[in-house]
Amino acid sequence: MIKIEKRDLSSNNFAKGLYKLLSFLIGLAMSTVLLKLLSVDITQFFIELYQDSLGSKYAVSETLLKATPLIICSIGVSLAFKMKLWNIGSEGQLYMGALASTIVALYIETDSSFIMLSSMILASFLLGGLWSGFAAILKSKLNVNEIIVTLLMNYIAILLVDYLVYGPLKDPAGFNFPYTKQFPDVALLSTFFNTRLHYGVIIAVILLVIYYIIIEKSIWGYEIRVIGSNPNAAKYSGINIDINIFMVMFLSGGISALAGFSEVSGVIHRLQHSISPGYGYTAIIIAWLSNQNYLGILFSSIFMAILFIAGDTLQLNYQLPISLVNAFQGIILFMLLISDFFMNHKISIKWRKND
Amino acid sequence: MENILLKIDNITKKFGSFYANKDISFTVRKGEILTILGENGAGKSTLMNIITGFYRQDSGTITINGEKVLYKSPRDAMQYGIGMVHQHFMLVKNHTVFENLYVSLKEKKFLINKDIYKDIFGKIFQEFNLNIDMDAPLWKLSIGEQQWIEIVKLLINDCNLLILDEPTTLLTPQETVFLFNFLKKLQEKGKSIIFISHKIKEVMELSDRITILKKGEFVGTLNKNEFNEDTISTLMVGSTIKKRFDKKSHASDDILLELIDIFARNDKGLSDLVNFNLNLRKAEILGIAGISGNGQKALAEVLTGLKDPTSGSIILDKKDVTNGNTRQKYIHGIAHIPEDRKAMGIAPDLSVEENLILKNFKDKKFGRFILNKKNLHQYANNLIEKFNIQYGLKKAPVRLLSGGNIQKVIIARELSCEPTVLVALYPTRGLDVGSQEFIHETIMEHKAKGMSTIYISEDLDELLKISDRIAVIFRGKNMGYVDPENTDKFIIGKLMGGLTESD
Ligand SMILES: Nc1ncnc2c1ncn2[C@@H]1O[C@H](COP(=O)(O)OP(=O)(O)OP(=O)(O)O)[C@@H](O)[C@H]1O
Ligand SMILES: [Mg+2]
Repeated sequence: MIKIEKRDLSSNNFAKGLYKLLSFLIGLAMSTVLLKLLSVDITQFFIELYQDSLGSKYAVSETLLKATPLIICSIGVSLAFKMKLWNIGSEGQLYMGALASTIVALYIETDSSFIMLSSMILASFLLGGLWSGFAAILKSKLNVNEIIVTLLMNYIAILLVDYLVYGPLKDPAGFNFPYTKQFPDVALLSTFFNTRLHYGVIIAVILLVIYYIIIEKSIWGYEIRVIGSNPNAAKYSGINIDINIFMVMFLSGGISALAGFSEVSGVIHRLQHSISPGYGYTAIIIAWLSNQNYLGILFSSIFMAILFIAGDTLQLNYQLPISLVNAFQGIILFMLLISDFFMNHKISIKWRKND
Repeated sequence: MENILLKIDNITKKFGSFYANKDISFTVRKGEILTILGENGAGKSTLMNIITGFYRQDSGTITINGEKVLYKSPRDAMQYGIGMVHQHFMLVKNHTVFENLYVSLKEKKFLINKDIYKDIFGKIFQEFNLNIDMDAPLWKLSIGEQQWIEIVKLLINDCNLLILDEPTTLLTPQETVFLFNFLKKLQEKGKSIIFISHKIKEVMELSDRITILKKGEFVGTLNKNEFNEDTISTLMVGSTIKKRFDKKSHASDDILLELIDIFARNDKGLSDLVNFNLNLRKAEILGIAGISGNGQKALAEVLTGLKDPTSGSIILDKKDVTNGNTRQKYIHGIAHIPEDRKAMGIAPDLSVEENLILKNFKDKKFGRFILNKKNLHQYANNLIEKFNIQYGLKKAPVRLLSGGNIQKVIIARELSCEPTVLVALYPTRGLDVGSQEFIHETIMEHKAKGMSTIYISEDLDELLKISDRIAVIFRGKNMGYVDPENTDKFIIGKLMGGLTESD
């Protein structure tokens, strides 16, 4: 007979960390088995992956390049998670941020890259914030579940961008490809050391510091944590919950949207079909994996970035589909969910009646 | 030995580096009622959780009927006939009484034959004179009735040892009497009971033996002929509790707060406030006596601004504060010790320190944007020391504290922001005797500094002891005031039952 009982490990952080690490490694091992089944030479593959992600200056820069939008989106998602608001619309908010930046870049005329870039940042922050803020209003006014709203709005955002790049915003000189005109030079983030790595990574680090200060150090962060822990106690101590739901959701969406800005301005230099391989969805995993801790966000994002690079390597060197990355993410997430279950429950198997 | 049901030897349990139980040994005989006494945080609940398999001890053994046992889960304890009603018990609120009982059965048949089980449950209800509708959803039941269901759950599973962790804390005096008769009946049938309570009087009346714990360690066991309040409290805290109580620093005659013709809706099943009138003087402790469920909760919520009255007015210092801007200010000056601690009083995942500033975190000394951790530590440590809050591990989330210590966190926080009015609902529920005394003294101290208190309680001894006046609430109405100096429990009891003084 198998029996399942609840238990509370919350006073034992060490055990919790160990469980997470262990399940993570198991997930990794299982992914390796999957690769083996696809007859990939594992040693060879790991050597290549190391070379592509960490083995040289260029490789590291590519990893950081991919980590940038992940860090930014994860901060947005984590901020909402801290208040037990489940913003899973980071992907859509990223798209809206990219769209707002594009419109500013293509239609505002200025020679100052400072004016241009700050307008782009502002526009994407506002549009992303409103995009998720809408879910907040529905939640506090009509009690509509934010999970559903933010999820569905992802599709709206992605399809809206598609409509625009296939239609009204399509570059007339672009041989019918679904992308807009290239941005003017003033609308581009500059890069470092002759690599593709751009100033977006600085934005990500600044946001991470701000996030740390808000959550761990600030009074507002304290309010957010009180609401997350017990909304009744929060109400009772005079914290306005509706306003906080809106502010946190707005900020969460606004930050995720900056990832969209950073991608179009720093990497792609235009808006096009499919600008993100699912950074916004991966951010949900990262926020959960890192327990919304700032260092956790940093390291998990870098790890996930390496996973994306693994996808590229598999595609280029082994002709395997890039969507394998999703499978790996899924396996690891699944292992972590299982470990979470084991952390909160005790399972025992009983062979005889009285042992 | 034949008549020993449970024997525990050298039980030790650590949380991190903190010893919640250290080297505890005692026995429970067949058919006896054994009480465990100890201050808040002494480790009583932890020990009971070990005996019932919710926690695993770090060392030590449990012997049941001569057989050493090692549980894998609480279900195992149930197999050995040991069951427990927890301090904060949890029933499935939307399910009916029958469903709650049914799911708790340890051996279930695959097919539900409702009628057979209804019969079985019904017999137990009848035997103990429980008048509860088996098809009623749980939320319709009073806390007392819900507790019966918890106990019946143990009976239908043939438990021989029933552990009741502070069952009387939430009961009315009438319900307590009923519970005691019930427990004595069980005892006659040969069941053993471990009982936990902070009310020494009722403990002495009910128990055969008393085992005392202090700071996680075993202190001693007393037999019935050795019971004596002073001995007990000496063993519990290491000194007798001083009875000195200089009552009246006089209340002024000026009226501070007035409720006029208040109507307010209450939660389902409890009385609404109907045409309720009340006045509170400056620096007065006004006791509100009444059987719980007669409008106390609505009264507290109206007073603290958590609920709007449907009509009537609230006057503070001759100014109407029922609505508008003045209301917000008024609410801010009021402190509240709510009835439901876990649901309203605390943010369970935050630390003790962070919970202590829940009410006044906007104070400048805690910073405007950045939380000033240094001042926070200083402020919190001060309160922790003053109110003797036992938190086990530092930085542990507040939900891991013992029941009484959670209550102390709330009281410390509420009294520390120098309120003009304190609305306290059953503030000493679940506190050990020493802490109760300390709370009374602290309220008196604040009274001397000018604070007015509305003190809602069911414990008439307590009300008579500290109140300047007592108002009696019955079915949402104020039945009138009595002077504690010139009245007795009998008269108050009549008013509480809806009769007038001259009836
Ligand atoms: N899971 C846990 N993790 C860490 N500390 C804990 C945990 N459970 C209990 N404690 C600590 O152990 C001590 C004993 O708690 P326990 O609940 O056994 O006290 P108690 O005697 O039942 O007190 P009360 O009369 O207030 O209910 C407390 O200081 C509490 O903070
Ligand atoms: Mg307890």
